[in-house]
Amino acid sequence: MTGVSDYRKQEESITLAPVDAQMDTATGDGEPAEAAGTETELLTLNMGPHHPATHGVLRLLVSLEGEVIHDVKPIVGYVHTGIEKTCEDKPYWKVIPVIERMDYLAYYFNGMAFSAAVETLMNVEVPPRAQYLRVIHMELNRIMSHLVWLGTSALDLGAISMFWYCFRERETILDLFEMSSGQRMHTRYIQVGGVIEDIPPGFETKLRQFLASMPTRADQYAAILDRNEIVLRRLKGVGAVDAETLLNFGVTGPLLRATGNPWDLRKAAPYCSYDHFDFRIPVGTSGDNYDRYRVRLAEIYESVKIIEQALDGLPEGPYITEDRKVALPPRHELATSMEALIHHFKLVTEGFRPPPGEVYYPIEGPRGELGCFVLSDGSGKPARVHMRDPSFVNLQAFPAMVRDSYIADFIATLAMLDPILGGIDR
Amino acid sequence: MPDAPGLELIAQDLRDNDPDSVLSTVYFRERGTLIVNPAAIRETLRRLRDSGYGFLASVHGVDYHPEEPRLGVHYELLDMTEVDRLTVKVRLHTEAPEVDTVADMWATADFQEREIYDMFGVIFRGHPDLRRILMPEDYEGFPQRRDFPIGGEPVLFTHNEHEIPRYYE
Amino acid sequence: MEIKREKVGSGEEFRTRQLRARDMLRGELEGDDLDKYVEERVIATKLEKALDWARGNALFPATFGLACCAIEMMSIVGSRLDVARFGFEAFRASPRQADLLILSGRVSIKMAPIVRRIYDQMLEPKWVIAMGACSSSTGVFNNYAIVPADKFMPVDVHVPGCPPRPEALMHGILRLRDKIHGDPKLGWRERYGAVGTEEELVENA
Repeated sequence: MTGVSDYRKQEESITLAPVDAQMDTATGDGEPAEAAGTETELLTLNMGPHHPATHGVLRLLVSLEGEVIHDVKPIVGYVHTGIEKTCEDKPYWKVIPVIERMDYLAYYFNGMAFSAAVETLMNVEVPPRAQYLRVIHMELNRIMSHLVWLGTSALDLGAISMFWYCFRERETILDLFEMSSGQRMHTRYIQVGGVIEDIPPGFETKLRQFLASMPTRADQYAAILDRNEIVLRRLKGVGAVDAETLLNFGVTGPLLRATGNPWDLRKAAPYCSYDHFDFRIPVGTSGDNYDRYRVRLAEIYESVKIIEQALDGLPEGPYITEDRKVALPPRHELATSMEALIHHFKLVTEGFRPPPGEVYYPIEGPRGELGCFVLSDGSGKPARVHMRDPSFVNLQAFPAMVRDSYIADFIATLAMLDPILGGIDR
Repeated sequence: MPDAPGLELIAQDLRDNDPDSVLSTVYFRERGTLIVNPAAIRETLRRLRDSGYGFLASVHGVDYHPEEPRLGVHYELLDMTEVDRLTVKVRLHTEAPEVDTVADMWATADFQEREIYDMFGVIFRGHPDLRRILMPEDYEGFPQRRDFPIGGEPVLFTHNEHEIPRYYE
Repeated sequence: MEIKREKVGSGEEFRTRQLRARDMLRGELEGDDLDKYVEERVIATKLEKALDWARGNALFPATFGLACCAIEMMSIVGSRLDVARFGFEAFRASPRQADLLILSGRVSIKMAPIVRRIYDQMLEPKWVIAMGACSSSTGVFNNYAIVPADKFMPVDVHVPGCPPRPEALMHGILRLRDKIHGDPKLGWRERYGAVGTEEELVENA
């Protein structure tokens, strides 16, 4: 090929960490190292954005010595959507559908972080029924996210049938989401001040059926994978990083809990009435891939417990705040009350205006600390929305996890890391 | 979250060491913020880390246009033993958007500072690898600044559909 | 529904057919017998139609999940909406082995050249489904970072939705299959007799 295309020129600006030996690229010739008579060549392998094992469009430049990994450079940005910039252009209630599409497996959490940040800004009380409904849906979403993770990770490891089992449960959960909000994914259920609608009559029955069956199903998944020779050999002792390094990298969530540090925002700094529920935090010991897998599987059981308690104790009351300056009035009031009509009109056309200020609100997402920063300048549109996404921060710890391991271990560690590229790239 | 007097005590401690490090404090909705002089940010964060705030949860950038100084970098600190959060804020002008990096103190700041450089143009002195992370490497402009146009496809209505001839094909 | 069981001939009919087949292969079956035999067993069609029928029923999608729509695309492989009953469950990782590219998710400006490279690496005949609102237009995100797929590659079927339900994606894939089979009723102008009604825009100053 004559000449270098622009794409190639672009790639030349990427350099790996300085290594002692010269790198031998896959296409051209490199220069051999001049280290004491031995010839070491490092192979740069591009696991490009389109790859079946990279869980989305993650590009990894791997520098290999044989099959042992010397260094990994993740290159992200291939699904950068400019969500934060788009949010500055929309009124607060229209931001919620946009911000939900960030971490696309944890959409309730995205909406919750943003709504809670705005509620803090505006000092709005969320009624207890709404808080319990939020908890129910968020924990269902956590179970669903862990199921998709389990299905795709097992697929990466080769246990292909797990994919169908996990997606079967996921379909039940999506049916529940469809019952409560009308959409399977990206439901914009959590709104500023509460939730958008109360749960319909058949929801509780169906949810109880699901809760009765989920622990048995999770037991079945554990029976397939827990003591499986292949899973043990591939995951045990692989990719272990100690808690100190992980904290330095800012890693939270199941990755940190697998090392033994029981940091969970639901217990440490309870929000949204999580302190009313009795649940435990599963914690690992050695922080290797096997512990990460066990921690996430155990979290499914705990989430089931939380949902049961929330459903049993679901209080009566409004499902969104009664403050008419924040939430739409119920439709029947529009026929009788002039104020309700005016408020409805102002809210729909202009939206509410929080006082100027800035708030950072962190919650515990399925992958770690999901924080939302909202800066308000007093107008109807936010001046800055930033989501501190756990996958973005967790990805920085990935090179430390895979240094000096084999490519097969690298794939397994990437699966256990649970990166969601929508959250990384925003 | 430290309460208002606690926040003042922290600010006082920092000012004892370096009188013009902390420019002001803000206590809003039970969250404390310290506004710090950009030149003193490393020392301030180091002292805060030594006094317990060992976890850097987030580093993010803000554009306060049209207020000056326009750009801001926020550091969200977390004390895991006391469950205390503290925000440290730095304000920069667009003409000299430089601040020292903390990527060697906390490894988590690596990607996050690159993102602030990519989106706002803040240059972090001493960062090991400051280049664009989300946009293509040769992109020009800093997208998340407030005066950067949002871009996108024009929505076609009857008054402007003729600008794209034969759009229906 | 009643199930009737019949023996396939009682051995004699089978033997007769066997002998006739042998005769035909040897060239000993002639005339009317041969015509009738062939008519019972052979359909005549154009080669292109047969090829199109085969291609449409054996699409190999490429694993090209970009964002949220990819999760719904994974759902169609799941057991509730089994895409395997149509024969499309073999998602190929390599674009050289795939003939259908389902663009599931938002295409950012950094990813667009890569999508085009993958599309170029696919072998003819190839088809593209733009799944979801983000790939067809820019969807929810009308901003500097997203580009609609129509701008850099030809798209055959657009499936609307954000994300489209798996049933909607199935419908889109089946419409593509109809299109591959050369279904002339597929375009709406043909269906409603509206061919020739395209508006000619006068260039305004």
